[in-house]
Amino acid sequence: MTDTANENLQRTPLYALHLELGGKMVPFAGYEMPVQYPTGILKEHLHAREKAGLFDVSHMGQAFLAGDNPGKALERVTPADVQSLKDGMQRYGLLLNDSGTIKDDFMFSRLAGERDMYLVVNAGTKDGDYKYIADRLKGAATVTTRFDRALLALQGPMAGKVLDRVSPGIDKLTFMKVVRATVANAPAIVSRSGYTGEDGFEISIEGKDAERVARALLKEPEVAPIGLGARDSLRLEAGLCLYGHDIDETTDPVEASLVWSIGKRRKMDKDFPAAEKIMDAVFTGTKRKRIGILPVGKAPAREGTEIADKNGRVIGKITSGGFGPSLNGPMAMGYVETAFANDGTEIDLMVRGKALPARVAPMPFVPHRYRRPV
Amino acid sequence: MSEVRFTDQHEWVRIDGDTATIGITKYAAEQLGDVVYVELPEAGRKVGQGGEAAVVESVKAASEVYAPIGGEVTAANPALGEDPAKVNADPEGEGWFFKLKIANAGEVAKLMTKAQYDAFVKGL
Repeated sequence: MTDTANENLQRTPLYALHLELGGKMVPFAGYEMPVQYPTGILKEHLHAREKAGLFDVSHMGQAFLAGDNPGKALERVTPADVQSLKDGMQRYGLLLNDSGTIKDDFMFSRLAGERDMYLVVNAGTKDGDYKYIADRLKGAATVTTRFDRALLALQGPMAGKVLDRVSPGIDKLTFMKVVRATVANAPAIVSRSGYTGEDGFEISIEGKDAERVARALLKEPEVAPIGLGARDSLRLEAGLCLYGHDIDETTDPVEASLVWSIGKRRKMDKDFPAAEKIMDAVFTGTKRKRIGILPVGKAPAREGTEIADKNGRVIGKITSGGFGPSLNGPMAMGYVETAFANDGTEIDLMVRGKALPARVAPMPFVPHRYRRPV
Repeated sequence: MSEVRFTDQHEWVRIDGDTATIGITKYAAEQLGDVVYVELPEAGRKVGQGGEAAVVESVKAASEVYAPIGGEVTAANPALGEDPAKVNADPEGEGWFFKLKIANAGEVAKLMTKAQYDAFVKGL
């Protein structure tokens, strides 16, 4: 069972609020985090899809990257096109190691009128990531971690309307735009992004302001607090990768189906880690491929479940799997041999010794509803 | 006259003559959270006391359900296929899992009474 009394676990600035809200605290990426509140995962998930959900993602690793041209420097460790990123925009990137496998995935932003770039990496990898980035960018850029800052995500179709009440004008932002703004009188960095597939925002604030801002948002009738459990089912329905599960240092961008995150210019210049190898794989293909899976029946198939072909030969493994409350059925993500990666391919999932029929399916399982510019 | 007993794995069993009805306790249902799928044993299957008999899945995870007492399965709750949420709504009533014909009534003695189980849960 989970040991919430573990002394080595860190707490976010919202720890006391989570307890007050009845959060069930579990260890996650070195932090004590709420897996759910008394409402429960299922209702929390549906609430975020129908109204607006507030997530504490303060455990994630925020940092600023300074230098003469920090964007150019960052391209040493990512195949994303960082230099072309316009002022006031955010983008997704992969952090690659020398062998071209995925050290992490992260968001980078260029705030209007500022030379420093703002980065957010995953919680469980943040120490290693920033050591690696600082080391590789030595002489060109310097990293200042801001693990003391809080990060809130407000996600759902009513997020724009709600946030605009405490940060007038913020609803004008469109998907992947980022600004400095004032949220409930606190200085903030606000991006119109998130990891649920819904429209929404990520709000970076000083740790000391976190509880007050969270309370201001929770006071709005549309907003409910959402724990890690629903965060996971939301992102899986949205077809988004969870680092350490769907991608890690054994997967490369091509087999992970994340080639879209490699910039066009970067593909031409081949100036990122293991670029030759990765570009070869883009053209010649990989042995395996990340895919979406929909079981035919109702039984969920969890992470680690073996995937077999119709003759019983093991062809892959599930890396994330569970029940999708909005989908109202089981769903999974995993890797299979490339010959079986086409949508509609019939496969079996080996659950408790039985072969459960399933199909390779396109993702997202639930359509994204981002606020794209018109 | 029926008698209800409990296991330390949080199953309950109601004894009516030589028939046992089995489910998971309110405590277990609360711990699991929203139940989204239940895998039940087929009629005719023989299970031993403490043997794996069913699986209950919440949004988060899958958990085994063990037979509190040995016997031959006579029925599985047909309502749980369509509406697994019954396990949360009424775990010790409509949310029952399966029934079996008791093989050895002596096994009942090894199970906890309600008072014993309540004390056990309190200590967790």
